[in-house]
Amino acid sequence: MSAPTLPLDSAAVSTQDNSTPAIVFEDVVLSFEENEVLRGVSFRLPRGETKALFGVAGSGKSLILKLAIGLIRPDSGRIIVLGEDVTQMQEAELFKLRGRIGMVFQESALFDSLTVSENVAYRLMEEHGIYDDNIDRSVREALRFVELEHTLDLNPAELSGGMRRRVAIARALITQPELLLYDSPTGGLDPVTSNTIIELIMKQRDVNKTSALLVTHRLQDAFTMATHQFDQETNRMRALPPGQHCEVPMSFLILKDGKVIFDGDLRDLAKSQDEYIKEYIS
Amino acid sequence: MELTSPTYFAKDKVQTVQDYALFCVQAVANLFRKPLYVSDMLRQADAIGVGSLPIVVLTGFFTGAVLAVQASNTLQRFGSITLVGQLVSLSMVRELGPVLTSLMVAGRNASGMASELGSMVVTEQIDAMRALGTDPMKKLVTPRVFATVFMLFFLTIISDLVGLTGGLFIAKVLLRLDARQYWYNAWQTLVFQDVFMGLIKPVLFGFVIATVGCFYGVNARGGTQGVGRATTQAVVAASVLILAFDLFITRFLMIALTMN
Repeated sequence: MSAPTLPLDSAAVSTQDNSTPAIVFEDVVLSFEENEVLRGVSFRLPRGETKALFGVAGSGKSLILKLAIGLIRPDSGRIIVLGEDVTQMQEAELFKLRGRIGMVFQESALFDSLTVSENVAYRLMEEHGIYDDNIDRSVREALRFVELEHTLDLNPAELSGGMRRRVAIARALITQPELLLYDSPTGGLDPVTSNTIIELIMKQRDVNKTSALLVTHRLQDAFTMATHQFDQETNRMRALPPGQHCEVPMSFLILKDGKVIFDGDLRDLAKSQDEYIKEYIS
Repeated sequence: MELTSPTYFAKDKVQTVQDYALFCVQAVANLFRKPLYVSDMLRQADAIGVGSLPIVVLTGFFTGAVLAVQASNTLQRFGSITLVGQLVSLSMVRELGPVLTSLMVAGRNASGMASELGSMVVTEQIDAMRALGTDPMKKLVTPRVFATVFMLFFLTIISDLVGLTGGLFIAKVLLRLDARQYWYNAWQTLVFQDVFMGLIKPVLFGFVIATVGCFYGVNARGGTQGVGRATTQAVVAASVLILAFDLFITRFLMIALTMN
């Protein structure tokens, strides 16, 4: 399934400061009562790169996304996002930073009392107050990007699971964020819909060069991201020749027992001799 | 059933009270910080105020009517049946109007707030709101607190009036009293202290209803079962707090207003 023409303003991307990584985790520890979920997690996400996070259920993948956007705070360690130390920031300061980040939640987390257009327009409405023609144009463009322009006036309850995820992606993209956090965007979806969503994420990576953390249980999604590139001419993804797989800005991070046991690209992953990793990717 | 140690139980309760106090301070402080969600306040005022009007009117009418029935039974023994208007008026304006209206609004709206916000918590909508750069306290809690306080004040006035009308209905139909005399007695017996006491209470009770409902809602945990639990706890806590505060504020105002 081909993705439609990209509506988003690429000028915003060119103004990004590429000197600092998009995300830096330094020895981050997080516990819930007696249970230590993250035990000194450290990694870097360079600008423009998409990093896929793997790990068994309950390994803390979604928590890493919530830590990155400041929804929860670590017990110790430092988290620097877009050059700002989120562990030192007050909630009011975090709201400003979050304006530069887009997040797609596991179950979409669309506001069920608002229509699709109001959901997608939410951030712009908060900034400008009223739903004017400019906002309407942006909403239509964002929904066209995910091929759901016809759902403008529907309620989230009237959408399928895949459509809700795509609306959530449109909501996250509408302000052209510098960083995107995807929490299992293809979880529980059929292969065709998953492919459409992966293509959208790839398009955002290759066309807008947006940095992203992608939590997923589906290895094939991450491998597709690493072995394909979005082609703007045909407006769909295309497979890369085997020798060029590491040319796309895509990396992998694997968590085990609250620690990072792998952080590297597809080539490193294929070469890994770690028994757990070999079993995981087999 | 899991047993908890008394120390843990006590610490947990103290922590909850502390969290609730901070929650209340933040809800009020947000009224003086931008952005102020006026449209959300109006929407909530409509849902809470206009939505609660039917139950408030019905409760007020039947309370006033039953007060007149009960009072007439006693007053007839002393040959003072004409004082029904005074008794209904004082009881409704000082006590039953504010308290019963608040209990009705608590049953309807504290549960509604707890379930709505609780559902938003368990479906990650609150997290999504924060991730989109909006403070849920400003957007969801402060408008509800303001709307409840504002609307409960007027609902109480309506309830008082309808309660007096209920008393009039009994006085006229059952007791065969003169309607003008009933109104005259009901009106003349009220003094500033009575009206002041009757109108300061809904302001406090409205604050209690909204903050308790929202507090239990945003702290809901454990899926749909947790939302159900939060809803029940919100109604119980709001109702008990209304009755407890009613005792203290009545006593306090009686002393304060007598001194003045």
